Amino acid sequence: MLNFLVAPNSFPLASLEVGHHLYWQIGNLKVHGQVFLVSWFVIGLLVIASLLATRNAQRVPRGIQNLMEYALEYVRELSRNQLGEKDYRPWVPFIGTLFLFIFVSNWSGALIPWKLIKLPEGELAAPTNDINTTVALALLVSLAYFYAGFRKKGLGYFAKYIQPTPILLPIAILEDFTKPLSLSFRLFGNILADELVVAVLVLLVPLFVPLPVMLLGLFTSAIQALVFATLAAAYIHEAIEGHGEEEHAP
Amino acid sequence: MDPIVQAASVLAAALAIGLAAIGPGIGQGNAAGQAVEGIARQPEAEGKIRGTLLLTLAFMESLTIYGLVIALVLLFANPFAS
Repeated sequence: MLNFLVAPNSFPLASLEVGHHLYWQIGNLKVHGQVFLVSWFVIGLLVIASLLATRNAQRVPRGIQNLMEYALEYVRELSRNQLGEKDYRPWVPFIGTLFLFIFVSNWSGALIPWKLIKLPEGELAAPTNDINTTVALALLVSLAYFYAGFRKKGLGYFAKYIQPTPILLPIAILEDFTKPLSLSFRLFGNILADELVVAVLVLLVPLFVPLPVMLLGLFTSAIQALVFATLAAAYIHEAIEGHGEEEHAP
Repeated sequence: MDPIVQAASVLAAALAIGLAAIGPGIGQGNAAGQAVEGIARQPEAEGKIRGTLLLTLAFMESLTIYGLVIALVLLFANPFAS
């Protein structure tokens, strides 16, 4: 269906494949290989950058150390704005990892010419344009805010489900399912939409015309990484704070 | 694939993305208008207003993206295709 979008013969750079993957068989599992390859690349990039930045730390930062310190300050500011001065410190690594991983994967999908590397099936692209990646990240956020709530309040965390009135119990339970759903769909849809729009434009006019849309895509990718991290921090803050717990606050 | 299912899927995909664009369009227009008004009233707060505006615009945009995801599922991974 929709074979007009897959036109590998007419123009080799403009082929667009949705639903074609490089399958790897691991035990009983069938995994999407191209996502793993690009994810490992992104992880390697981040680890190497962190190692280079901290290997020879100077009092006055220069070069890569300066860049990574800027990233750290940005992430710290982000989580402090959402979580508040008191609780933000332990959550900086988690939120920072989410932000940096999503940011670097989005931009790697847009900036690195993966098309030059031929795969037997499927194509290399941003790992976040696969729904499995974004669902995994969103479920991590769910686990994180449950953990934060339990750690702060123990079993009293469940009081928030019936706190104002028990009538809202179904909605409160539903909320726990819609949170990861909306998080994962938002990221996946935005990244896939960017790549689709760029690919369709390249299919129509191969030169220069897609450039503004590509720039818009870069902008949206950065904003989506920011939105994901902000929402993760906001959910964790909500779990820590609770709705009707003000009177117990120390 | 059954041609009726195919036709209905394509129509539903078009409706999904089109209808999902209406509400966020109105909302984004409102938000942007209010932001411009705020900047006109208080030009020194422009940086803060712009940051908040971009974030809220991204949130509203995601509603359209949900429609897009449904459209893409209907077109490329149709569950009724068997």
